[in-house]
Amino acid sequence: MTLEPHSAVPAPSLPVPPGRARGRALRRLSGVAGILVTVALTFLGLLAITFFIGRVVPIDPVLSVVGDRAPQAVYDRVREEMGLDRPLPVQFLAYVGDVLQGDLGTSVSTGRPVIDDLSRVFPATLEMATLGILIGVALGVPMGVVAASHQGSWLDQAIRVVGLLGYSVPAFWLGLVGLALFYARLHWVSGPGRIDIFYDGLVAPVTGLMLVDSLLAGDLDVFANAVQHLVLPASVLGFFSLAYIARMTRSFMLDQLSQEYVTTARVKGVPERLVIWRHAFRPILVPLVTVIGLSYAGLLEGSVMIETIFSWPGIGNYLTTALLNADMNAVLGATLVIGAVFIGINKASDMLYRLLDPRAR
Amino acid sequence: MAFSRDWLLEDSPGSRLQARLGRLYRVLLALGRNPLAVIGAAIVLALILAALAAPLLATHSPTAQNLSARLTPPGGAYWMGTDELGRDIYSRVIYGAQITLAIVLLVAVIAAPVGLIVGAVAGYFGGWIDRILMGITDIFLSMPKLILALAFVAALGPGIENAIIAIAIATWPGYARIARAETLTFRNSEFIAAVELQGASPFRVIALHILPLCTSSMIIRVTLDMAGIILTAAGLGFIGLGAQPPLPEWGAMISRGRAFILDQWWVATMPGFAIIAVSLGFCFLGDGLRDVLDPKHGEKG
Repeated sequence: MTLEPHSAVPAPSLPVPPGRARGRALRRLSGVAGILVTVALTFLGLLAITFFIGRVVPIDPVLSVVGDRAPQAVYDRVREEMGLDRPLPVQFLAYVGDVLQGDLGTSVSTGRPVIDDLSRVFPATLEMATLGILIGVALGVPMGVVAASHQGSWLDQAIRVVGLLGYSVPAFWLGLVGLALFYARLHWVSGPGRIDIFYDGLVAPVTGLMLVDSLLAGDLDVFANAVQHLVLPASVLGFFSLAYIARMTRSFMLDQLSQEYVTTARVKGVPERLVIWRHAFRPILVPLVTVIGLSYAGLLEGSVMIETIFSWPGIGNYLTTALLNADMNAVLGATLVIGAVFIGINKASDMLYRLLDPRAR
Repeated sequence: MAFSRDWLLEDSPGSRLQARLGRLYRVLLALGRNPLAVIGAAIVLALILAALAAPLLATHSPTAQNLSARLTPPGGAYWMGTDELGRDIYSRVIYGAQITLAIVLLVAVIAAPVGLIVGAVAGYFGGWIDRILMGITDIFLSMPKLILALAFVAALGPGIENAIIAIAIATWPGYARIARAETLTFRNSEFIAAVELQGASPFRVIALHILPLCTSSMIIRVTLDMAGIILTAAGLGFIGLGAQPPLPEWGAMISRGRAFILDQWWVATMPGFAIIAVSLGFCFLGDGLRDVLDPKHGEKG
């Protein structure tokens, strides 16, 4: 499973206004405006892609409404009602307008508006991805630092291989093996699904996040059961972000450890532990934030496969189910939402980087 | 003594062929010093061999069913066991190498040239051409690859050809970005100006003088991307949108084994090992190639 996010798109260089005092404020303002324009254009491009995909589908959307035995007159009338006789640019504008109003069409398989379906399934994905990224950061960052500070040792080699495994193990395979091992053989965790049927519906969905909801309701049994279900898929997902984060942390740390100030600190007799964690680690925090953000966005992609394996009622499962039912509105809606969240997180970590790193201002 | 070591390593080669072979030899020598790269190259070679010699290596037919031997554990006549129709998993994995190799090669053959040309044209001409081409590239880049491929397969319909097209659509933008960056680094150099002053058309400059210089970074990137392409293809196969049964595609095989994972673990597990080995092989080889061809990255990575 490749969870390496596709390198954040560098923002276009903006003209720097002359003049000093006024310049700085203006520059920051135009920087923010520039990013917002890029974000808006990217979203428009995303809409163009989903619109295009919706158009090249070999399935005639009219036929799916009227059936293939409808007389030509009925066919034409429905085609007109659906607005499919209008020129493509007009249809695209209408599509953009609909999406901006939250209208993603109706799902053929569930019979509900796609946007309602998506808002119902999204928290499940969010919950899993969040625990996944926490696992990834908690293990990946120390692993990267250790690898870099023991460069060339067997420990470093082992961590490098773990990092590369993150690029070469299929997520769905790891999920299956995890289920066979930890659920079927060892009985350490619960099986597929978000919660045992016995506990289903006991807790009112306030946030949609099972862990939070059960705590709000004060029902610890439900909480424990939800954790049992969540821990395996989140760990599998976490493995992929761990691999990427460890790899990047190692590379950042190696950069820092070869700098002269590190040598200076060592010459001054600063203990190695302090050299690593206080001197070398601090400067990589800023790029790490970006890496973590990108990795978090990448987990959305990974969740598609993991959710299918674990019957996790999230957006990935919704997408694959829709794909198999040829439910195009649901497919495009889910694609759009995943794409939008992906772009949003990418741009947010890009902006955060600019805010945190004085050199990027 | 035409192909002796000295002839290959000569500092002032007498012909273009000698210079090229010499460079290749040096790259291979450097690769040979990196154990992981050697392992990677061996795995990739094994994949190619398995694909070419599948009928010789396989012990059974990949599609012949033998219901009396269904779900046999690994060992004896069936090295990796059999699946729910009694087909030999080892033979299917071997034949699956053909499919994987075909997918990987076709995606590379479609996506790399498209990305190369888009990037080189954008970098060479600059201005509004650059802005439009890179704008489109960035939109594709801003989407998760798997999701993009899934959406396109949904539109095109399931099947291995459509899966290849969809993966290629999701893959080319990365190459366009690299080709543009490379082009920009020598866009204003003197040898380009010299060719232009001789009256070479933009087409000629790009095709003969810019594209060849982009190839080494492209080779690195394509090799490193192979793992991702294999995983995406297997993922599409797993969901049921890629290669269709009875093709022995690894992802689709895992999908079939899903129903038996709790008791007959080998059905789903064995093809997974093949995917991991081949993807790791490409990663190792790509890492090694990067160290050799791109000294900027040096010991890091």
